[in-house]
Amino acid sequence: METEKQSEGAASHDTGPTAGMQAPVDVELIPVYIMGKCYMVPPSLTIMKAMEWAGYRLIRGVGCRGGFCGACATAYRILGDPKLYFGLACQTVVQPDMYLAQIPFFPAQRASYDITQLEPTATTLFSTYPELLRCLGCGACTKACPQEIDVRAYMAAGMKGDIATMADLSFDCIMCGLCAARCPAEEAQYNIAILARRLYGRYLAPRSEHLQERLEEIEARVFDAQVAELKGLSEEELVERYQARDIEPAEGGVQKED
Amino acid sequence: MSGYPPEMQESIRRVETTRMRRLKERFPSMSLEEREQVLEAFHPDYIEENMRGIRVGVSAGQRMPLELADVIEGRPHIDPGFDLSGHVTETDVLIIGGGGAGASAALLAQENGARVTLVTKLRFGDANTMMAQGGIQAADRPNDSPAIHYLDVIGGGHFTNVPELVEALVMDAPLVVKWLEDVGMMFDKQPDGTMVERHGGGTSRMRMHSARDYSGAEIMRTLRDEVRNRGEDITVIEFSPAVELVLDDQGRAAGAVAMNLETEAYHFLKAKAVVLATGGGGRLHYQGFPTTNHHGATADGVVMAYRVGVPLGYLESMQYHPTGAAFPEQIVGLLVTEKVRGLGAQPVNKLGEQFVYPLEPRDVEAASFIRECKERGNGMVTPTGQPGVWLDSPMIEIIQGPGAIKENLPAMVRQFGRFGIDITKEPILVYPTLHYQNGGVRLRADASTDIPGLFIAGEVSGGVHGHNRLMGNSLLEITVFGRRAGRSAAQYAHQAKPGKPTLAHLEIWNRELEEAGVDTGVTSPILLPDYTRRE
Repeated sequence: METEKQSEGAASHDTGPTAGMQAPVDVELIPVYIMGKCYMVPPSLTIMKAMEWAGYRLIRGVGCRGGFCGACATAYRILGDPKLYFGLACQTVVQPDMYLAQIPFFPAQRASYDITQLEPTATTLFSTYPELLRCLGCGACTKACPQEIDVRAYMAAGMKGDIATMADLSFDCIMCGLCAARCPAEEAQYNIAILARRLYGRYLAPRSEHLQERLEEIEARVFDAQVAELKGLSEEELVERYQARDIEPAEGGVQKED
Repeated sequence: MSGYPPEMQESIRRVETTRMRRLKERFPSMSLEEREQVLEAFHPDYIEENMRGIRVGVSAGQRMPLELADVIEGRPHIDPGFDLSGHVTETDVLIIGGGGAGASAALLAQENGARVTLVTKLRFGDANTMMAQGGIQAADRPNDSPAIHYLDVIGGGHFTNVPELVEALVMDAPLVVKWLEDVGMMFDKQPDGTMVERHGGGTSRMRMHSARDYSGAEIMRTLRDEVRNRGEDITVIEFSPAVELVLDDQGRAAGAVAMNLETEAYHFLKAKAVVLATGGGGRLHYQGFPTTNHHGATADGVVMAYRVGVPLGYLESMQYHPTGAAFPEQIVGLLVTEKVRGLGAQPVNKLGEQFVYPLEPRDVEAASFIRECKERGNGMVTPTGQPGVWLDSPMIEIIQGPGAIKENLPAMVRQFGRFGIDITKEPILVYPTLHYQNGGVRLRADASTDIPGLFIAGEVSGGVHGHNRLMGNSLLEITVFGRRAGRSAAQYAHQAKPGKPTLAHLEIWNRELEEAGVDTGVTSPILLPDYTRRE
């Protein structure tokens, strides 16, 4: 069943769940250590695929497989190198003599709050997360961040009560928790950062007048009749209307002509 | 140093040579007839031998990819005699699925006075919502309207969409944007508050709202944070996928049996109403395609809903996103957001020439890429044999100004930068990848189904998008129908007087399989893909 179906899709070996991985031809395998145990794996694989190659069927430490969810935070060392490295297992390619430890869950303090009752002020940050002011500014968090976010900088902004900067600098955070795992002041930086982003989004971002106007029009049922009419059209009539649409010109070079 | 090998760099030089000329060239878009031709000849949905009808159940005969049919026709994890009086938790509204639709449903159910339990397969938020990059559509600019949005949706869907569902989608859209902002989502805006809005494939107005290229992640993490703030009323149970729905003796929804993935213990979650928000099935790798989907996307919801007798629809139609990464090998199949084209990058072949209008609806664009590679031989083939076409990302900064890529596509810059590719200077190699389940479980505009007390939201559903979804309408669908499902479920639960819970439907199912002589050898829902190596 599998053989013919492979033809349309990609040539990648990571395809069907029933296909399993095939050993690449003529590739010299390299040693990696998963939780201290040595496995020989192809050098082109990501850490995640190397674990699967080694026989792990993943439940913890796997999520989106695309670098967005933060489930596969991984700490590693290379034999003979004293430095500690961090990465996402789905985005990091294996190296020889890598010692891998996944951190699929790390406990972190999280405050509970009613966003509608808060004010977008420094006081809100400090009272919701008093530990924010304990930050030592050491930068261990920044070094650990697989998103290359300057965590120390956004924490510094937070200590100054600068919600907008904290929200902006932390925006690409995937909440993997590596910063919290490394913090000597026991901060859960990513939870403080999402409070800042939500305060910014709800209270500080400039309002959209056009959105407000549209909501009032919907409330006043301005569009009900138009949509009801479209719902009643035959396919032929819809095709005609569709083909007669005028297309708003995009900025730049792309413009539809029909 | 470039992350591309020399043979690919040679083709990149051609792309660079034609770039300034192409900036002024507009490739014409296709007529509806031309669209149909390229789809029939090159879209995977049209490859007959890779599709079949299902043989049992209320939608017998419905065509779908072989891999999905095998799973839908599978055997249940538990038998009809499973003891429902054992390990039981009770709630008003049970939500199955911890993505954007499930989170939206949880919030609205709670606001409507229900106690909520949400079960999810992996972590709360491990979902395709988290990976959606490009944006969310809503007709909120003065030159736009829900009616224009309606036409775009139904034309993109080949005029087969369910009108009432499209109406709900486009009319709720501005409300949902406002709701998301009130919860604390950060949309891209001009300094005066005007939303930054762009085109997506098949849109006639610029109505794509975004949050850099973390649009779905921003929605997901914000909604998840809000759900956690309401922990007194909403209980979240992770690593516990539902394996079977439970009905009462009157045929109404009465909960579900979930499995603790780590202990493999089963647990009956008794509920007055159920919201099914389990997402799609990209990890079934239809026709051998790689996928953009998250690890748990195994079509569980259509399996469970079908066993209790809810009709399915539109499952003959899967969405292959035109721009999956085709290089480097480590990230083949991962999403390259449509926003890259929305910002002005053209798709070009290995000779550096345009061959398709950049923003056709996704199915048409994807089929055109396949045609360029398979029929015309103008694809760039990588050293591992993967074909692809170039997406000329460096054009973006010529059109939009320096810094535009880093500002609008930070996730893409990071993704490729990890492999030594600077997308501000070099193009991206792309090829279609399995992205979205256009069809699924049939529902009404209030998210209800043929089973009283069972509500549906998100990718698991079918009908909103007809036979092809436009970019930016999935983040919209999960919030619009997630909210509707949560509200409807809470209202239903207030009135419900559930009878005795039973798994009698499994007896009927097993008997039907037996009588039809169907045995696909699969126990389903399959819950997780298995990528372990086979010797």
